[in-house]
Amino acid sequence: MINFDYLRVTTPKAAVDAIVTNRNAQWIAGGTNLIDLMKKGVVEPQKLVDITNLPLKEIKKTSNKFSIGAMALNSDVADNELVQKEYPLLSLALKAGASQQLRNMATVGGNMMQRTRCPYFYNIDMPCNKRQPGSGCGALKGFNRMHAIFGASDKCIAVHPSDMCVALVTLDATVVVTGPKGERRIPFQDFHRLPGELPQKDNTLERGELITAVELPDQPFKKNVHYLKIRDRSSYAFALVSVAVAIDMQNGKMNQVRLGMGGVAHKPWRLKEAENFLTGKAPSEPVFREAAKLAMRGAKGYGHNNFKLKLGPNTIVEALIKATATS
Amino acid sequence: MRNDLFLDKNEPVPIDRVDGKAKVTGTATYSAEYKVQNMAYGVLVGSTIAKGRIRTIDIKAAEKAPGVLAVITYENAAKLPGYQAGKDPAKPQATGQPLRIFYDNEIFYYDQPIALVIADTFERVLSAARLVKAQYEKVAHETDLETNLEKAKRPTGPRFEDYKRGESDAYKSAAVKIEQQYYHPIEVHNPMEPGSIIATWESDDKLTVYTKTQGVESTQRSIGDAFKMPPENITVNAEHVGGAFGMALRTWPYEIAAVIGAKKIKRPLKLVLHREQMFTNVGHRPETIQKIGLGATADGKLVGLLHEATAETSAYEEFTEATVNISRFLYACPNVTTRYKLVHLNICTPIWMRGPGEATGSFALESAMDELAHELKLDPLDFRIRNHADSDPEKNLPWSSKFVKECYQLGADRIGWKDRKLAPRSRPEGDWLVGYGMGTGAFGAFRSAATIKAELAPDGKLILQCSVNDMGPGTATMMTTVAAKEMGLPVNKIKVEMGNTTLPPGPTQGGSTVTSSVGAAVYDTCVALKEQIAVLASKEGSPFHTAEVHVIKPEDIEFSESGISLKKDSGVKVSYADLLKQNGLASLELTKESKGSQQPYSMYSFSVHFVKLRVHPATGRIKIDHVVSCADAGTIVSQKTAESQMMGGAVGGLGMALMEDMVVDHRFGRPINNNFADYHVPVNADIPAVDVLFVNKKDPFTNPMGSKGLGEIALVGVAPAVANAVFNATGKRIRSLPITLDKLIET
Ligand SMILES: Cc1cc2nc3c(=O)[nH]c(=O)nc-3n(C[C@H](O)[C@H](O)[C@H](O)COP(=O)(O)OP(=O)(O)OC[C@H]3O[C@@H](n4cnc5c(N)ncnc54)[C@H](O)[C@@H]3O)c2cc1C
Repeated sequence: MINFDYLRVTTPKAAVDAIVTNRNAQWIAGGTNLIDLMKKGVVEPQKLVDITNLPLKEIKKTSNKFSIGAMALNSDVADNELVQKEYPLLSLALKAGASQQLRNMATVGGNMMQRTRCPYFYNIDMPCNKRQPGSGCGALKGFNRMHAIFGASDKCIAVHPSDMCVALVTLDATVVVTGPKGERRIPFQDFHRLPGELPQKDNTLERGELITAVELPDQPFKKNVHYLKIRDRSSYAFALVSVAVAIDMQNGKMNQVRLGMGGVAHKPWRLKEAENFLTGKAPSEPVFREAAKLAMRGAKGYGHNNFKLKLGPNTIVEALIKATATS
Repeated sequence: MRNDLFLDKNEPVPIDRVDGKAKVTGTATYSAEYKVQNMAYGVLVGSTIAKGRIRTIDIKAAEKAPGVLAVITYENAAKLPGYQAGKDPAKPQATGQPLRIFYDNEIFYYDQPIALVIADTFERVLSAARLVKAQYEKVAHETDLETNLEKAKRPTGPRFEDYKRGESDAYKSAAVKIEQQYYHPIEVHNPMEPGSIIATWESDDKLTVYTKTQGVESTQRSIGDAFKMPPENITVNAEHVGGAFGMALRTWPYEIAAVIGAKKIKRPLKLVLHREQMFTNVGHRPETIQKIGLGATADGKLVGLLHEATAETSAYEEFTEATVNISRFLYACPNVTTRYKLVHLNICTPIWMRGPGEATGSFALESAMDELAHELKLDPLDFRIRNHADSDPEKNLPWSSKFVKECYQLGADRIGWKDRKLAPRSRPEGDWLVGYGMGTGAFGAFRSAATIKAELAPDGKLILQCSVNDMGPGTATMMTTVAAKEMGLPVNKIKVEMGNTTLPPGPTQGGSTVTSSVGAAVYDTCVALKEQIAVLASKEGSPFHTAEVHVIKPEDIEFSESGISLKKDSGVKVSYADLLKQNGLASLELTKESKGSQQPYSMYSFSVHFVKLRVHPATGRIKIDHVVSCADAGTIVSQKTAESQMMGGAVGGLGMALMEDMVVDHRFGRPINNNFADYHVPVNADIPAVDVLFVNKKDPFTNPMGSKGLGEIALVGVAPAVANAVFNATGKRIRSLPITLDKLIET
């Protein structure tokens, strides 16, 4: 870790200004990811701009939407009664992530912006196109147990590690950001990106754009939801594969279906084709299996992660069974 | 041999860990926590290649960084006289040349320390350390055991000749046989407390260190060897140790580096390893490939056994462990061959890790026993009983004690073994498959010398001193328990002072020997103390001295907190204060050395572990339902800490079975999961109810208390119990640890 300056800001505008005027400045929220990256020398900001005092912690419901402040803590969102009532899937996904101690520090914005856990990204003496463009991808022919099976490129096969984001993409959230050019809204689906030729870019934020909130539309998914996370130990481990399910059951049929997947791509993965296939059908294991097959189209293993090709569909099926079991 | 059974006098009252409160409230001081005036901070910089030479090392920028006091490399380090002589500054039982830190430019493994940066604050030294830049002359490294198997060689010395009993290859012509290979990855100790040392030169030839070690005296000798100093000029303190599991059984180069650094800056220096360095610089349980050939008659009598193991060691030392030895004595088998080989790789020298050798070896042997039982269509427990060794077939000696059959029974009853189905995959429960497995463990029951100094004060307070320290099992608690019982004193009247070379000599904490050695020494010391008290009580002027009675024997006396009385007549009581005063003594002091003697018996502790688990075949998830660990460890001296010890071993064994695996990317010769997020150990949610059962029968020969060690057997045999339960649940035999879910997923 190198020496750095530290500044605490209290308004979004001051936060944006501090970053725009200094190329080597970076925001710090809960610090649960950034500090680790600094210790490992992966990032070396000369100035940390502490945004934890920004007035962006509110979780509120207005007439037509639900809004969660970017500085709200992961634990506060997960335990929030309104969230548990209106968006139980989000609460489940958050609680499946990290540990209670980490969730007590981590923020919604920080969670979205957390970097991949690819070991080659974390070790500065190894090749990694995400950390050092052009140095090669260490994982492609290396140890890639955790890595992507969808949408990877030969430049990068890393995955986005967040659980929360899988729920948010599944629930069609919108990201609200403010930056030098003012405020804009980004559909969650378009927030994170695939690596392509630019694996160093995790998302579509412009420099100086601050996440201020996440918004969720009104939804009927209160009951038939499930978040199934498969990992190497029962808690405190990143997903090998996770599946988020939200279903609106009407008269024994799946009226609306939302399906998302984590641990499989450079971004939280939506399974639209499978959703369409399931919509209108009655739940049954053969139907789920068919949907899982559709969901896995185009999946590709890189060696150590080949097991995800089997684990993926089985996890989808189990999550669907669990979500529809309580009707 | 005394035959007054220490435990039979009255039932043991389990006492709480005497240092428990200090530990949980944070007042127990660990090596890195001592406050030393004017202390500076050091950070080690590691090599980024696994083999070759340092071409240039640029320290200018680091030297100029704020607060930096020194940057030490092989180019400017003081040459240690011990190194010059080629002497071993830190003796393991290994041949070769231990790593000499900052000796020359040679690189043997990734992250080998190449520089020590020292500054006035921790933050400044972290920052400065990033500025050291080395250029290397790279040489192709070897870190892959599997691709280097043809280089495997027998370690030096007669101990490592092949062992042969009866005919080799007898298993091949047996009626029923198996021949399989088993794999154990690199496992790291990684105690919570990292390696840490504070070194202070009191003068040119006087040194004090606070360091993480399992043996203050062995550290004292090692530093003395390196610096060619008389050991008595070196004081080593390590009162509390935050876990070690074997990792602190030798003095590592980082400790020598800190001592060199402190000398250079003429200030106390603190050096704490980063978590990453705990994976690369302080040993590990070696990656091992084993082969077992096992054959039996159709009715399940073992005919022949072959056990071969090939393990890795570093490029500069031969580290060996008793991986194959368990196969020589665990079962009655007329024809046994064992073979042990090493491959030198570019990695730090391994070091003994809880159940060293036996843990790895029993995974292979006890998996193979389960496989053969399956072939024979026998209950694996029954198969083991049929092949029970009634005496030690390796040494041809009777056992000092062996209650393995009792362990089988106790454990089988508790886990519900009768519900186990002989055919695998015959207990589905919903989407899950339930299975039962068991594994046996053993470890030598050793005893070494220990000296205790005891001081009994007028108020009945007893102070016990010994240099031995406690890496966690509860040594002080055990010592307190023994003394409380012997002296009839309440626990709060006893104080143990330990973990310091200024105290009377004690053993290193390793090999499950401390209770047998130090506990027995406390026992012997108490016996001697009581004899002295009896002598005082017999003297003229003592109220017990009457016209008729001139000699009072210890066994006539009732010892208690308030003093002594006669068992026959409790009417007369004398306080310790009065007794001492009558004899013109301020206190009663006694120092006693105690050690075992050669006995014509084979001495082992045994354990049997039972596991009930469930596997979810669609996703490969494993859920452990129940663990029952049974130990034949002789007399259980300290009930609570013994139970904790067994539980900890079970958890370690579950980690070994299911998770632990330091992955090396052989292209770079580097570990890639050297952190606690990626290298998994079990969390609470992974650990079910662990039941601990003790046979608790006295061994007549190990020591006067009749105890045998249990630190190692707590873990040895757990991993095969898990693997065997997985087989019973699924019909899938996993011979490669850890058993991660990808190995079990079915479509
Ligand atoms: C051991 C471990 C295990 C974990 N396990 C899991 C897991 O199982 N599942 C899971 O989902 N996560 C897991 N995490 C990750 C954890 O969720 C993230 O570290 C956390 O969410 C990051 O939030 P933070 O507020 O601490 O971010 P910080 O570390 O403070 O910041 C991270 C990044 O986000 C940027 N940033 C922060 N806020 C904003 C904002 N408002 N606008 C724009 N940029 C911003 C920062 O500049 C920085 O680059 C784990 C972490 C650890 C250390």
